[in-house]
Amino acid sequence: MARPHAAQSEPLPLATLDRAQAVPALIGKAEDFLIVAGLAGAAQELTAMTADAPGVFGLGGAMGAAPMMGLGLALAQPQRRVLVVTGDGELLMNLGALASIAVMAPGNLALICVDNAHYGETGNQDSHTGLGVRLDRIAAGAGFPTVATINTEAELHAAKALLREDGAPRFILLRVKDGPPPRIKREMQPAILRTRFRAHALR
Amino acid sequence: MSEDDRDPGDARWPRALYDLLRAQNVTQFAYVPDAGHRVLIDRSLADADAHSVALTTEEEGVALLAGADLGGARGVLLMQSSGVGNCINMLSLTAGGKFPFLTIVSMRGDFGEGNPWQYPMGQATQTVLEAMGVIVLRADAPADVIPVAEAALAMAFKAGNAVAMLLGQRLLGAKAF
Repeated sequence: MARPHAAQSEPLPLATLDRAQAVPALIGKAEDFLIVAGLAGAAQELTAMTADAPGVFGLGGAMGAAPMMGLGLALAQPQRRVLVVTGDGELLMNLGALASIAVMAPGNLALICVDNAHYGETGNQDSHTGLGVRLDRIAAGAGFPTVATINTEAELHAAKALLREDGAPRFILLRVKDGPPPRIKREMQPAILRTRFRAHALR
Repeated sequence: MSEDDRDPGDARWPRALYDLLRAQNVTQFAYVPDAGHRVLIDRSLADADAHSVALTTEEEGVALLAGADLGGARGVLLMQSSGVGNCINMLSLTAGGKFPFLTIVSMRGDFGEGNPWQYPMGQATQTVLEAMGVIVLRADAPADVIPVAEAALAMAFKAGNAVAMLLGQRLLGAKAF
């Protein structure tokens, strides 16, 4: 049976950006950040765009972990810029993390949600965002002082600077077309990822 | 009767426990509030050199502490035994990543508990933690608390283990209804 559709007074336009171009274009120089990337798409993407750099901790499980890992890292390293890149599915699994992050308000943390409105890894089922749920409004409601929603190339370039505007946590909803992230062989042993990340971050 | 029955009140051990955690460079205190942790939570809120992180659910704290470790910091997750059930899959991150992990768990469904709702998770707490690779220590008397905490800190942050320290209801008192 079809789901009753959530009634949105202001539905977002159809997503047109291609994630393979949009994610690197938004982030720019990844070396500027310590990065936690959520499982599946985001971790694949960040691994691909950094050639498997040690400053990216890319999850392969523990769905829902990335935003709070970013908070712990941002509090531990207040002098470094911390970036969380995650997907709509992972963020939906732990929405309360947005509230916990907003309350702590770390000025060195930015969060990008690459929203393709689907569970890309598991059969491409619709996610809640594809059914009308507005993560940008949830982030604003949680108390993120800066929330940007990117639907177009122009908005993407305008939001780029936000990632490097320290002082308050930022939430960027990057809406992309349905489509697979890059397929890349990456380190999947979390203990190895931890060791190499710490060697990079704490040197 | 209120939740305050489980509040250790003016007992000396909660203050000594906070001092010990801080002396061992624990700087991130993550919690879902519980009366049994009131002193630690209040002390962390009043401590300019510590981060007091309120969570909406306990699994957030598991992820937070992994992130803290990636940045070279130590943290502790303060939760009630019911919250242990909320952490199970997130402990995959701790186990797989070999992250040091310390949690202090105030028990329910334990010694003298009067609320039947607390028994399923309270009685499963140790089993569930051990199933996910967490070493479990218990403190059931005020004199246990500091030696057990010293052991837990060494096992977590010197040896790199995941460790839970359970504060039993014999120590905290049973919640009366």
